[in-house]
Amino acid sequence: MSVPALISPRRLAWSRRGRALRVAWTDLRRTRTGIAGLLVLALFALIAIFAPLIANEEALSAVNAVDNPRYAAPSEFPPIGTDNLGRPVWDQIVFGARISLLVGLAATAIAMVIGTLVGVCAGFFGGWVDAVLGRLSEWFLVIPFIPLAIVLAAILGPSLRNIIFVIGITSWSVTALVIRSQVLTLKQRLYVERSRALGASGAHVMARHILPGVMPLVLANTTLTVPIAILSETTLAFLGLGDPQQISWGSMLDDAFAAGALSAEAWWYYVPPGVCVVLVVLSFSLVGRALETILDPRLRDRRR
Amino acid sequence: MTAPLLRVRDLHVTYRSEAGGVPAVRGVSFDLAPGETLGLAGESGCGKSTIAGALLKVLPPGTEVTGEVLLDGEDVLQMKPGRLRAVRWTEMSIVFQGALHALNPVQRVGDQILEAIEIHHTTPAAKARVSELLELVGLPARRGGDYPHQLSGGQRQRVLIALALACNPRVLIADEPTTALDVMVQAQVLELLERLQQELALSMIFITHDLSTLSYVCQRTAVMYAGRIVEEGLAHEVFADARHPYASALAYAFPLIGDHSHRMNPSGLAGDPPDPRAIPSGCPFHPRCAVVQPECPGLDVELWPAGDGRRAACIHVLERAVR
Repeated sequence: MSVPALISPRRLAWSRRGRALRVAWTDLRRTRTGIAGLLVLALFALIAIFAPLIANEEALSAVNAVDNPRYAAPSEFPPIGTDNLGRPVWDQIVFGARISLLVGLAATAIAMVIGTLVGVCAGFFGGWVDAVLGRLSEWFLVIPFIPLAIVLAAILGPSLRNIIFVIGITSWSVTALVIRSQVLTLKQRLYVERSRALGASGAHVMARHILPGVMPLVLANTTLTVPIAILSETTLAFLGLGDPQQISWGSMLDDAFAAGALSAEAWWYYVPPGVCVVLVVLSFSLVGRALETILDPRLRDRRR
Repeated sequence: MTAPLLRVRDLHVTYRSEAGGVPAVRGVSFDLAPGETLGLAGESGCGKSTIAGALLKVLPPGTEVTGEVLLDGEDVLQMKPGRLRAVRWTEMSIVFQGALHALNPVQRVGDQILEAIEIHHTTPAAKARVSELLELVGLPARRGGDYPHQLSGGQRQRVLIALALACNPRVLIADEPTTALDVMVQAQVLELLERLQQELALSMIFITHDLSTLSYVCQRTAVMYAGRIVEEGLAHEVFADARHPYASALAYAFPLIGDHSHRMNPSGLAGDPPDPRAIPSGCPFHPRCAVVQPECPGLDVELWPAGDGRRAACIHVLERAVR
């Protein structure tokens, strides 16, 4: 593969992908809800990336907060006030964004890799492989998520890595089933048969014709799985199964609940993390829907 | 006569369906000499395209294929998967019918030709070879950068021919290469195939339902009915003077322009091709035959000599020989 003549088609492929991306981008800009979601996401991404610049990590420790007033309202302690230990809520929100987004994205990455692999293998090989993988996907689909995640998190122990792992391996089944059905239709195309007649191996057909064919679906599914993963993280953290060392929006809600912020009427403690979760989840869903309509020509016709 | 390049002996292909086996090809034998063009004709569902698939063993999984497909004495049907993949395209390749669907709509046609070359060789000249192939089939090399939808039907068919030639195969199977094209383009594609066949000394199997096309491109023709060859011989002789009533009906099905008797008297063949699951007894053609004899339903027909390198599976051939 060191020969220059073989590199240029690859470069060609990249320029082609670039053009396809630009077309998708123009379409996305035209959907108002999609662009709104994207803006909110960009805002949260910036907050997460530049967290140390706009908030103080030291302030998250209760030891450093002994001098602060407890349950201080936003007017007393700008910008958002303090919690039951005197820790500023603003710093918790900012650093919580990091954890929530990290867990959401990493767990989704795991789910997408498993889902795509399982879906492509089940659809492509068929027969008993399909039967086994299909039953496995259905098993993960019907099993109640919360009890399974609680059991797994309890067994593995509460750490960030385990939370990502638990959410990842419990949320791939929908993707696998969607990908499998797409592979089944792709497999019937004459150009796949032609590729086989060319002397291509199964792996070659998969890499060359099947995987590129399902990639748009994987992308759309990614944006739809991230919000579910973030909600799952919030749920697990609220149930006290999150990493006790790390502050996330879910653990903030848990702390607020445990500390009786509701009866103390300290709304600035429990409303901001809730609003943040809702905003991020909503934005991902909006972007996901917009992408889905752009990447699926049948939906695109309906939209116009 | 030189030794045949491809020998097919007693080929049976049975598709699997929920209602049981469906025999699509039932005992077909033929030879293909180097540099020869053999025509396979017959109506839809007679097993022509199934033979094309069987020669390269690209049929749906579970399909039962028996018999022998000897390529230079080596049986394609017995090859191990790795050897089979190596033989595909380098020895035998297919020009598919339906050019639009045989090309991946989201890849450039040049890349798809390149795909065939890269599967078999890692040659630095692959890109140059693609341009060369496109020029060979009469397309400018820059059309390799186009997507299939940017090409016309005839151009796509030319791309498929270039694709089939990518690895210098010795046998080219043209599976209804002109079906979806209009008459002018058909003629161009036929001319191209004929030219290439002579220039590259290809052996070609040409599959179609149009006997007049075959008389134009082929030396020898075999006419198939219900999964069997019912007549074979020199192409123009079969077209002009068919011995088997089915072959003559097929030859007559294409009207002669300007011939009034033809126009006043359209001579379609009555009835439908038989259901492969319930093939009539004896001569399978007897329910539709215009010259059927009382003994036909009970007669096991085979290819009997019908004079001068010709054979036909019809009782009338026997009778003529006796007389």
